[in-house]
Amino acid sequence: MRQIAIISGKGGTGKTSIVASLFALAGRAVAVDCDVDAADLALVVPGDDVLREPFVAGRKAVLDCESCAACAECVSACRSGALELDTDTETIRVDPLRCEGCGVCGLVCPMGCVSYRDNVAGEWMVRRTSSGILVHAALGIAQDNSGKLVAHIREEARRLAKAEGHDLILIDGPPGIGCPVHAAITGADLLLVVTEPTLSGEHDLIRVMDLADHFMLDVNVLINKHDLAPRLTSRIEALCARRGVDVVGRLPFDPAVPVALSRGELPLVVESVAPHLHALGIALLGRQHVSPGVLPRREARPVDRGAVDD
Amino acid sequence: MRVVFASGKGGTGKTLLSTSLALHMSRAGSRVTYADADVEEPNGHVFLRPTNVVKSLVTVPLPVMVMPTCSGCGLCQEFCEFNAVISLKDRAVVFPELCHGCGGCLLVCPEYVLGERGRDVGVMTRGRSGDMDFRMATLHVGEARSAPLIEALTSSLPADGVVIVDAPPGTSCSTMAAVRGADLVVLATEPTPFGIHDLKLAVGMTRALNVPSVVVVNRADLGSPHVLDLLEKEGLEVLASIPHERAIAEAYAHGEMALDVSPSLRRAIESLERRILQ
Repeated sequence: MRQIAIISGKGGTGKTSIVASLFALAGRAVAVDCDVDAADLALVVPGDDVLREPFVAGRKAVLDCESCAACAECVSACRSGALELDTDTETIRVDPLRCEGCGVCGLVCPMGCVSYRDNVAGEWMVRRTSSGILVHAALGIAQDNSGKLVAHIREEARRLAKAEGHDLILIDGPPGIGCPVHAAITGADLLLVVTEPTLSGEHDLIRVMDLADHFMLDVNVLINKHDLAPRLTSRIEALCARRGVDVVGRLPFDPAVPVALSRGELPLVVESVAPHLHALGIALLGRQHVSPGVLPRREARPVDRGAVDD
Repeated sequence: MRVVFASGKGGTGKTLLSTSLALHMSRAGSRVTYADADVEEPNGHVFLRPTNVVKSLVTVPLPVMVMPTCSGCGLCQEFCEFNAVISLKDRAVVFPELCHGCGGCLLVCPEYVLGERGRDVGVMTRGRSGDMDFRMATLHVGEARSAPLIEALTSSLPADGVVIVDAPPGTSCSTMAAVRGADLVVLATEPTPFGIHDLKLAVGMTRALNVPSVVVVNRADLGSPHVLDLLEKEGLEVLASIPHERAIAEAYAHGEMALDVSPSLRRAIESLERRILQ
């Protein structure tokens, strides 16, 4: 089973629309949306969710006790700043958004007032689609534990792929280089880093490549919107060559891409971009894994240019 | 006045807007502090090019054995919610990447063998950019938890003057660490289904934290034209919208300030300024 994680460091470089396109091209695969606090892949992968499960992770302190003397031992011991003494009412309040459930307040409370409740951090879903299976999730509002949720849905994706005989998992990663990214790339066979020809994009690409070295993972680079700044594109290509990283594709900028996405269509319907995505699919997945049926699909859902005779 | 630029989706223009506003208000004579809290991928310095830079390390507490008399009782391992400590026959072993630094293992240890040392997780940078005070924090590559570093940055910010914070994208712990304490949150979005979906999540986050927010729509002409109506129906205050302009994209690509080459960006920044000063 091969796992390819698509990440970028910098946000907004086109990860999700590229994952959705590769998923459609592959025709038979499992996709996982690991950007759980802003999960968008399901918006462009039509199908029905056949499973929806709550995700329980961590716990939160509950202070509810007749004998609380408001001694505030817990307030001074808590390093998360989650507890506060209200001097007017002589009560102690918990801020569940700050509480990490470490258990220190329960340890120091002389009256045994503290209990802990399980925390529902979000939910995760399985969707059946014409291209295979999509595993996605939604972190609850203002929740932490995104790394744990990412690890959880990746495990589910592996289990489903095994059970149903899929040999490819496509991982749509979160931006950044912190904990949810670590959870999204651990154990992947290949990282595809989507970058853009801007100084910010280059700066963030270097940090992502350093992260890949840290985890000893193979990296390929895709330069999106390469024609917006050709000189920076060459600079990024030179950087990749110096670091021994393959640039597996370049996609042109076309304002029709966001317009297509707004209609719920993939960049594969945009004529200037589709052949490059097709070539990317072949380079990454191998010719035998890229369904030849995708380009004709473009004709089935044409871009509206006013022509009626095609 | 602390203004935080955030967004659910990445790449919607947080850094473009925050650096432009900082430069504009600083030129107009306000005392401005710019702080880049996107510690995983900070980019503000690419545009503001700080000088007179001073760097320092930011540390978080990490438990270490300070006495050799561990009995291997296992209470520390049992207590730790984050599986960051394992107890062997004669010593405790701590996994730094998992440790949240709560200090609980020190409290439960009956032999008092554990102490703490600082472990550095990132770099804090201070400098000047023109007349403004420049701050940024950079997470060490390979570190997992960015929230403690962001909190170290935001807790060091001045209480007076105009403080402009560039937050990381998303809606979870690191974004919240940057948004807490804001007087106003500016949410950058774009009129695609991704942008709108993530904007709603970001609005939910600002409401949970009880901070007021306004919206700026970037690349407003690329995507669905009905977005503005939709946002206003949701009760969101759309302060400005900026069209997709080659001049902005080009300046941004090369790390130049787009403020002077784009009248529409300037108008958007001026309406942000009016909202802040009102």
